[in-house]
Amino acid sequence: MRARPDPPPTPLLEVNRISVRFGAVQALEGVSLEIRRGEIVAIIGPNGAGKTTLLNVVSGFYQPYEGQILFEGRDRTQLRPYDVAALGVARTFQNVALFKGMSVLDNIMTGRLLKMRGSFLLEALYWGPAMKQELEHRAFVERIIDFLEIQAIRKAFAGKLPYGLQKRVELARALAAEPKLLLLDEPMAGMNVEEKEDMCRFILGVNDEFGTTIALIEHDMSVVMDISDRVIALDYGRKIADGRPDEVRADQGVIDAYLGVAHA
Amino acid sequence: MLELLHAVLVAPFKDMAGSPTFLVEVLIGGLAAGLMYSLVALGFVLIYKASGVFNFAQGVMVLFAALTLVGLIERGAPLVVALALTMAVMAALAFAIERVVLRPLVNQEQIILFMATIGLNFFLEGFGEFAWGSDVKKLDVGIPDTSFMAWGVQVNRLELTAAITAAVLVAIMAVFFQRTRVGRALRAVADDHEAALSIGIPLNTIWIVVWSVAGLVAIVAGIMWGAKSGVQFSLSLIALKALPVLILGGFTSVPGAIVGGLIIGTGEKLAEVYWGPLVGGAIENWFAYMLALAFLLVRPQGLFGEKIIERV
Repeated sequence: MRARPDPPPTPLLEVNRISVRFGAVQALEGVSLEIRRGEIVAIIGPNGAGKTTLLNVVSGFYQPYEGQILFEGRDRTQLRPYDVAALGVARTFQNVALFKGMSVLDNIMTGRLLKMRGSFLLEALYWGPAMKQELEHRAFVERIIDFLEIQAIRKAFAGKLPYGLQKRVELARALAAEPKLLLLDEPMAGMNVEEKEDMCRFILGVNDEFGTTIALIEHDMSVVMDISDRVIALDYGRKIADGRPDEVRADQGVIDAYLGVAHA
Repeated sequence: MLELLHAVLVAPFKDMAGSPTFLVEVLIGGLAAGLMYSLVALGFVLIYKASGVFNFAQGVMVLFAALTLVGLIERGAPLVVALALTMAVMAALAFAIERVVLRPLVNQEQIILFMATIGLNFFLEGFGEFAWGSDVKKLDVGIPDTSFMAWGVQVNRLELTAAITAAVLVAIMAVFFQRTRVGRALRAVADDHEAALSIGIPLNTIWIVVWSVAGLVAIVAGIMWGAKSGVQFSLSLIALKALPVLILGGFTSVPGAIVGGLIIGTGEKLAEVYWGPLVGGAIENWFAYMLALAFLLVRPQGLFGEKIIERV
């Protein structure tokens, strides 16, 4: 738990009564939540609770069949993933989705595509403003590389890296877009204690240094308690708790969900 | 028995050593043909990489491009104008394919997309003939199909021009892929669709770009083959020659398509000239497939293809 000043009144993201269904499976049912600027919010819940579905809806990969999503106060329920990215939402994936055939540097530079402008021809010739632009973006990318301490692997092929480092590169690629909202799907899954500590440090650092609002899905409760300002718990596609980490941890509904008490 | 071995293993090489200029001529002919195969194969690779579709219609796209170009020239358009219009037509085609075929079938099985391109194949074939007629047409690009001597070696002007054009096109594409923003986006899409979407790359736009580039490649291939052997239905069959090239080079590799094409081109010319007489000729028609078959046994992913690792 960290002390924070009161957040400004307009939330960065508002999700209003979202429902998602896959055939007969009700993945999300009337979920509402909001994420305020500058927060780190953890989304928890047992397997199949709908955490990743929620992330996929917010990032435009799934379309909800009812409900509404507001980003910075504007309705953006029906947007495609690339539109969402253009609005300033970046994400990582549960199973690491890197460009495996490209170098680490290229991966991160690709993450910056949205920020780049200019003509083909100049880029192809690597001349004039195109070169200046490339260098500026390179400088920003280098700052991220330094920040995440991956200088040593910048030329390595992403697909050849160990899992923990791949996750870190994926985070770097997401940061390259300078997102307003960063969505992390299990950023610490499959990591050892040391790697987890590093990742925690980076997430807190990103929040401090870049002022990025972060929503993350995480199973490790000690991590969740350490880094999040607020915790939202899902179970069977419904929101069952939303509050400060210590409140949610003490919530009887959350405890029941994790211990598997029979549902009425 | 010994005679046969001699005829297969020794005599051809003796012939090669006996007349090096002739060997060089054969090699040049083979490389020139190979570059053209590379061009067709390149169209396949581009589309396969970016959209995971094996585009059965690539050969017909070559035919369609050539038919459009010749048709426009026949109607009195100057070559440059006809070329520009043909490019516009191929870009429009790419746009239509994205809208009508790819977008509704997004996230479907590969085999379904493949079937869709078979449909596209028949549509383009019929539409091309409907629009431009089915006669064999002559395509004159102003370069005579004659030879000149260079350092004692005969070189065909048309083949040389074709080879240079192909090489330049390949070089431009390499720069485009490596250097430009769109090129980077293309490589990203080819590598991982989901990740590409998540960082804001519009998949649909990329598909249009890729199919347009494949259309452009088809125009160049169509002009070269059309100038050599007339614009006719059989032009679409050169796509079949691209298959062994793809097997050799790997479906996902641009350098593979180029090197594979060169190997197939020179390989079949050499086989035809030096080993052909042993079996009464006409090796050229099946040699490429045999080579590809042999290759499949040893290296199924191709020369430069991504190694296939199946997790269980």
